[in-house]
Amino acid sequence: MSLFRQAGRVAWKDLRIELRSREIVYTMAFFAALIVVVFSFAFPRDIRIVRGAAPGMLWVAIAFAGTIGLGRAFDRERENDTMRALLLAPIPRLAVFLGKAIAIAVLVLVVAAVGTPLLALFLGAPLFENPLPLVISLVLGAIGFASVGSVFAATLLKVRSRDVLLPVVLYPLLIPLFVAGTSATEALIAERVNLDAAWYWISFLGIYDAAFLVVSIWTFESLVIE
Amino acid sequence: MREPLSGVQITKVAKRYGSERALAGVTLELASRSMCALLGHNGAGKTTLLGILSTLVRPNDGKVIYRAGTAEVTGIAVRREIGMLAHASLCYGELTARENLELFAKLYELDPGRAAIDAVLDRVGLEPRARDRASRTYSRGMVQRLALARALLTAPSLLLLDEPFTGLDRGGALALGTELGKLRDGGAIVVVVTHDLEAIAGRTDHVAILRRGQLVFEERGSYDYERLKDVYHQHAN
Repeated sequence: MSLFRQAGRVAWKDLRIELRSREIVYTMAFFAALIVVVFSFAFPRDIRIVRGAAPGMLWVAIAFAGTIGLGRAFDRERENDTMRALLLAPIPRLAVFLGKAIAIAVLVLVVAAVGTPLLALFLGAPLFENPLPLVISLVLGAIGFASVGSVFAATLLKVRSRDVLLPVVLYPLLIPLFVAGTSATEALIAERVNLDAAWYWISFLGIYDAAFLVVSIWTFESLVIE
Repeated sequence: MREPLSGVQITKVAKRYGSERALAGVTLELASRSMCALLGHNGAGKTTLLGILSTLVRPNDGKVIYRAGTAEVTGIAVRREIGMLAHASLCYGELTARENLELFAKLYELDPGRAAIDAVLDRVGLEPRARDRASRTYSRGMVQRLALARALLTAPSLLLLDEPFTGLDRGGALALGTELGKLRDGGAIVVVVTHDLEAIAGRTDHVAILRRGQLVFEERGSYDYERLKDVYHQHAN
């Protein structure tokens, strides 16, 4: 219980700071909205093309905006070396990882909450025809992104070129997550909705999250201690 | 259940960063009710040794044993006993002094209440009207006082201080020196890395000097400013 209580404290600390500054969430949301607007001008508003392209647009917006938020959230821990204070606290270091990952997942979900309706609005993508599986896939996507991303962002915290390195090391590992997320969304907004395929890819997302959560938990402490 | 540390045994500790040698087989014993001045020029390995003592840097070789009475303690039990003042404040700029201390108190499973937090802030001399302001608006000296309050909040039995007098005026530095003397007399192990020999003169009772990662001098005794200066210039260069 202590692990989750302490993880909650770390997450709430991040969200409290963000609620006060609103720096990361505004940047992420604005960037996601910008991507959607650019895509909406770049693609013809033909519903067949939209059905094929919208899932990719949504998950690309989440990936890019999420990476910005991830980098900034960990930069905050670098500014006054507060990551050291968290790692020095008498709590399981796993609680630090979980707390950071929970806060990042919340921010990614905020991006999804901005990007999804904008895609529906600008491109007429039928994203809300099956809202429940879509929401589940986005939540699982946010958890996967946050758990893998938090490990790498924490590991690269003291590396000078971390802004460049983070997406370079992160995206190859996230490819299965984005393939599954895009495929699930595609199945949900296809002309003939394929719920079986959607749930298959959602299950894949769940397995991906479980696997990478275990790997992240296993490696986090050894990666953040110098 | 807290177990205050009674001693730390550092044995043949070595640390490399790539091909760069930061520490080479340092052996040192720290005892409770003592204030160890860890001295040396820049790059001598002092901060690395503090990092290893804080459990945040893993040595490539050698070991550090923390004792509470006769028992060896490890992991979370050790971290609960460590208070650290580093180059950076280890505090969140968006939070106020009180919020920072409340956060860290909770992470240490303490519930100090507003009065206890104010008492710590009084001890370090952070003025009351600044306590509810975001700490990013603080001057360098105020940040240093907050960082010290964070380190003292949990009543640590091993206090690791890296240049604690930086940013403090002469009065603040002397007050801090007195505070550290009190902590030592209360049973804590105090380790101070500093170049301000005047501030620790008359208070430190253990001097260790590092040069290029090696311990070149270690002695226990009483040190006035002149003696500290002599010992430093003789061995650090």
